[in-house]
Amino acid sequence: MRDIATFTALTRFGLGAAPDDEAAVDTAGGPQPWLLAQIARSPQTPAPLAGFRASADILAGIWRARAAEGRDAEREAMRQAYRGDYRPELRARGLYLAQAPDSFTERMVLFWSNHFTVSSARRAIGAAIAAYEREAIRPHVFGRFSDMLRAVVRHPVMLVYLDNTGSVGPNSRVGRRRIARTGAETTLNENLAREVLELHTVGVHAGYDQEDVIALAQVLSGWSHGGQRRRDAPEAVHGGFEFIPAFHEPGAKTILGVRYDEDGEDEGLRVLDDLARHPATAMHLATKLVRHFVADDPPEDDVRRIAAVFTDSGGDLAAVSRAVIDLRSAWATPLGKVKSPQDYVISANRAAAMDDVPQRDLIQPMGLLGQETFAAPSPQGWGDTARDWLTPEALMTRIEWARRFAATWPAGRNPAEVLDATVGPVASAALHQAVARAPSGDAAIALILVSPEFQRR
Amino acid sequence: MDRRRFLMTSGAGLMAALAGNGVAFAAAPTEKRFVFIFLRGGLDGLHALAPYADADYRRLRPRIALERDAVIDLDGYFGLHTAMEGLMPLVRAGELAFVPAAATGYRERSHFDAQNMLENGSGVPYGARDGWLNRAILGLNAGDRRLGLSLGPTVPLILQGQADVQSWSNDTLPDVDADFLTRVAGLYQQDPAFADAFHDAQGAIMPDVDMAGMNGQIGAARNFPLSAQAVAALLAEAAGPRVAVMDLQGWDTHFAQPVRLRDLLRLLSEGLVALREGLGPVWRDTVVMVGSEFGRTAAENGNNGTDHGTGGLAMLAGGAVNGGRILGDWPGLSARALFEERDVLAVNAYESLFKSVLIDHLGLGAAYVEGAVFPNARGIAPMSGLLRV
Repeated sequence: MRDIATFTALTRFGLGAAPDDEAAVDTAGGPQPWLLAQIARSPQTPAPLAGFRASADILAGIWRARAAEGRDAEREAMRQAYRGDYRPELRARGLYLAQAPDSFTERMVLFWSNHFTVSSARRAIGAAIAAYEREAIRPHVFGRFSDMLRAVVRHPVMLVYLDNTGSVGPNSRVGRRRIARTGAETTLNENLAREVLELHTVGVHAGYDQEDVIALAQVLSGWSHGGQRRRDAPEAVHGGFEFIPAFHEPGAKTILGVRYDEDGEDEGLRVLDDLARHPATAMHLATKLVRHFVADDPPEDDVRRIAAVFTDSGGDLAAVSRAVIDLRSAWATPLGKVKSPQDYVISANRAAAMDDVPQRDLIQPMGLLGQETFAAPSPQGWGDTARDWLTPEALMTRIEWARRFAATWPAGRNPAEVLDATVGPVASAALHQAVARAPSGDAAIALILVSPEFQRR
Repeated sequence: MDRRRFLMTSGAGLMAALAGNGVAFAAAPTEKRFVFIFLRGGLDGLHALAPYADADYRRLRPRIALERDAVIDLDGYFGLHTAMEGLMPLVRAGELAFVPAAATGYRERSHFDAQNMLENGSGVPYGARDGWLNRAILGLNAGDRRLGLSLGPTVPLILQGQADVQSWSNDTLPDVDADFLTRVAGLYQQDPAFADAFHDAQGAIMPDVDMAGMNGQIGAARNFPLSAQAVAALLAEAAGPRVAVMDLQGWDTHFAQPVRLRDLLRLLSEGLVALREGLGPVWRDTVVMVGSEFGRTAAENGNNGTDHGTGGLAMLAGGAVNGGRILGDWPGLSARALFEERDVLAVNAYESLFKSVLIDHLGLGAAYVEGAVFPNARGIAPMSGLLRV
């Protein structure tokens, strides 16, 4: 590999060097143009993912089964969706990540997908999670943040994951009836509202309080999906977003000091748009982006610069992404970050450059190393610092996996060439020496994969 | 070969490579051990510890109530499911206590929210982003030693937080040879973060458990007794962890409950016995608490099962437990006594059990527990008489 800048483009901003990547950087005119061209090309659904079903179809199948035939039929439909939709797409997604030419675009998909985490721990929506990422995240990674926010918060997968489908305004038609019947204190569920504020937009330090959370939950009451329809009309069930007026809390609401008049479904859209352009949102997102691409402790100057671009561009994520690529500190500290298990496994597979990879070397190891795909332990998503991933057990598991994985590489790969193609410009003398003195070719490749140079970016 | 043996038998090269990066283990702040076994899915307490002599119990459960010959009588009213017969030596030794009609403050019916609330300890679902047991560990030693242990690659929320914890997994990857690890150590010499983590991994204690017996994922229910062996071996070490969390899944018995619970209760019982055997002399200083996110409906449903309910069962085992008894209040199963006309009323608070373990057993200050571990449970006093103190 020619230089540190190429390494930075491919590894810090991308998913690690695949065999054709360096030539592509040259063709594009250098590391930065290679990155910028990806922004210009998006959004497109990559061909290997384009044939999978829409979440609305997957979910409608499950919900119709329930409405028409009951719980057993629902369970069976869910099983089929996991088998027929989710697992094949998970595998195709993994293979694509291991081969994608535009790996900066994919990094951004993974970044925003983690920002708007949902988890297959919620079995009911698990089968549609890959579709959720494809529909709500991917098209917007270089679009407007406000559009991504709308797409995410209106998506049935998120509405179920954060319990908004059961959230009913206490003064709505249904809410009044329910309270009269059960004596419950409230029928509102605040989960989605709280996470939108705390995790998705302004962040926990923005100075909102419980009253704001409740007000946003009232605004979002009635945001539901077409699986809630009555059992006597299974043909009316659908798998898309649906606003249910009878659930919606009537009246004006005030959030972060702004008053919103009663406006049904549009009320929520207006609030989301305001949250998307709030200065605290700009700081919150900038901090996460700089932490992701630059350093575990994000330099303040960098954060301020990215936040300013976010604000000045009206939340244009193409402009924001260009500004991140532009950060000098990102290019000045080539090994400051430790790869997450997911990115580590993907980058090892990119280096291996095999046409077909068995599940056990692509999807399974992410889980073994502590980051099962679409299974983050909380709505906060996966951590993004060395502290989250560089633990003794996790490191030893990486070493064990890498040792076994290297043994599956085609014989005849020259370790010295692999070293140069993956971490050449940043490789230490110790790594060169260890590879040169390794007792076998696969041990040499395993040493490259477990080296700090390869595990860092 | 396991890593511990590797440490003892590896050549001078590795030891030299690691010498500059020694991570000293501070002395453990306590000799007490605590294990929390989380029965995810909602244990039906009335099927594990059955009020078999209660006419309301038979009225509510015409098909699945345990008959007299399906329980081991404890006090003429409650009987233990025969699948847990292996626990009777603990009962007789006064090392096992039962707390029926127990639950956290959660009163809805979502597994997800109920588990989150039990684990985060704030008193509401999603009220905190870390786990109460992690905050408790911070209070023991500010987190500078990894006192907590979880099984499997993912740390459950109850143990997540600022204090680093250990994890142990039966990952099916082959161990690597000593020669390779020596070379890896050389690569890490110049990178302190990697060198430290690698050094700690080498020093990690590996339980002497026959992994060949483990079938699939460590979290699978059938592996629970073997996992318990591993936990016991790790906790028994003087320099090992002090607090462990184990998950046992599959308790959401909406249908076919009698068959499913028979197997699960047997596995749970075998696991508790394995902990007692494996901990050896340390069992004396141990409390094991078995809990679930909620109980189940008092009445059976139409599928030989039960649905999500409220008051459930907690069990406390260990040499430090003042057991052989049924603790707490029991509201009964009469129509008037049921919560929302369907569930066992939760008159015994999980938080009171947790607090007793933290304060009376692990020795945390009451003020710290009230302020940092369970900040919204001041009204709930630690259950008295739970431990032999």
